[in-house]
Amino acid sequence: MTSETKTLSGRQAVLEGMPDHPALKAILAWNADALTDANFAYGELTLTIDPEAIRAACSALQAAGYNFFEDMTAIDWFPTSPRFQLSYHILSHKLLDRIRLRVMLGEADPTVDSITPVWPGANFFEREVFDLFGIRFDEHPDLRRIMMPDDWKGHPLRKDYPVEGYR
Amino acid sequence: MSENPGAPVLELPASENSVERRMVLNMGPQHPATHGVLRLVVEIEGEIIVSLRPEIGYLHTGIEKTCEAKFYQQVVPLTDRINYLDPLSNNLCYCLAVEKLLGLEIPERAQWIRVLFTELSRLNSHLIWLGTHAMDIGALTVFLYTFREREEILRIFEAVAGQRMMTSYFRIGGLAMEPPLDLFDRIQAFINTFPEKIDEYSNLLTGNPIFINRLKGTGYLSAADAIAFGVTGPPLRASGVDIDLRRDMPYSSYEKFQFKVPTSTVGDNWARYEVRLVEMRESTKIIQQALDGMPGGPVKADAPKIVLPDREKMKTQMEALIHHFKIVTEGFDVPAGEVYQAIECGHGQMGYHIVSDGTAKPYRVHMRYPSFATLQALETMVKGGLIADLVAVIGSIDIVLGEIDR
Repeated sequence: MTSETKTLSGRQAVLEGMPDHPALKAILAWNADALTDANFAYGELTLTIDPEAIRAACSALQAAGYNFFEDMTAIDWFPTSPRFQLSYHILSHKLLDRIRLRVMLGEADPTVDSITPVWPGANFFEREVFDLFGIRFDEHPDLRRIMMPDDWKGHPLRKDYPVEGYR
Repeated sequence: MSENPGAPVLELPASENSVERRMVLNMGPQHPATHGVLRLVVEIEGEIIVSLRPEIGYLHTGIEKTCEAKFYQQVVPLTDRINYLDPLSNNLCYCLAVEKLLGLEIPERAQWIRVLFTELSRLNSHLIWLGTHAMDIGALTVFLYTFREREEILRIFEAVAGQRMMTSYFRIGGLAMEPPLDLFDRIQAFINTFPEKIDEYSNLLTGNPIFINRLKGTGYLSAADAIAFGVTGPPLRASGVDIDLRRDMPYSSYEKFQFKVPTSTVGDNWARYEVRLVEMRESTKIIQQALDGMPGGPVKADAPKIVLPDREKMKTQMEALIHHFKIVTEGFDVPAGEVYQAIECGHGQMGYHIVSDGTAKPYRVHMRYPSFATLQALETMVKGGLIADLVAVIGSIDIVLGEIDR
């Protein structure tokens, strides 16, 4: 579909290949060390952010014009390590550009800062990830199960949870 | 338009024991005005809403998990069931995402037919919204009128896909098949009379004093709140944010169509009603343009390892038969990668996030559906208002529980 065939992988390649990208500039100006990896594929820019810094990264991007939180979800890479990947999709209404922030989390007690202070709309999305993946979000205002019943055991979207459930 | 953009927020009676007089009211999940199985826990003080908490998940079927166990082409029928009022937008968004991963070039005719049917699907979605919204408020007649037109749209879907609601008409690499010969004439006949039908709805509602009083000045949502809560589509545009992905980040050759994106700065229920009504007229224009300029050519991409061959070829050519057998039994491998594809569906911005690990089954499919995000803004819209207005607001934000719970 897309005519964009350029692919850049690795932090260095992206920094050299697209030095004028507003999101990249905003992240570098804020904290270059928090950007651990980057790649550009299918016309989409992915920035891997240090898990400790995700909320501050979102604030920096929001200030740079990426005003709209679109989506977030998790991916379970079981059994590789780090096991969980969080993908945030953020859109700029002004620049009409979308970027993806990626955060990698380990298997033991996966916890990350909630971004609801930056975008309250992340509330349900984070609850969904908490419910279906068992990833906790610090300072989330209402971290409860959202899809499954409150007394449900396990997290259905994890890869070690059978598709048919436990019966 | 009302002079004051803000809804008249009622003052809570200031007294020391006001908290004691509060009552928690459970609305739903079986309630005729919640459009499905939405449960709202509403805290009220007299008639005034103090807080509201949506409890969802009653329709959760685990579609995202099911997708991981299916071949890429087997996911298409699952997508219909998510937003069952706008089935072709679901199909389109999923197919576009997978095609992005595959790097498939879709023939122009297929892209135009996709636009044509997505717009019909949008009309379908808006017609149901208008009918049920008016019915919630007490204007029952409109429901019968909109379902009359919806019936014709469903018959068109049936003619092209064999199914009225669960169409699965768009496939990875194009369309399921060429539409029947007289179908475009039929759509033309429908489009010729449809603007008059919109006038008819408008005559029933726009001047109706009860409808006006219920909608004007209620359910106010500011642009800042709409963006903060991730609200998209008509509710966002009715709050004054001029964004429509069809125009701003075009896909499936939407850039070749001329249409206006209606907006309003008022942000109340009435503004959302007006925006959607104009959107229906604009969709009619897009369909007309698609019919007028419909290009010729194939409706499937030239990718024998991905797109099922025609039945005729299957019976005469050995390669076609082998490909058919391989695709059906083993699927096709999709290169490893991660893509996000967003489109503008009837309710707002829909997004499919697909992660492939290089096999024939998606590693992860995540759907971002507009109603899921929009529901978060509900409390802001009704807080401080009368409980009777809650029903009007639910109708006005146009939610479908199928896409909220997935």
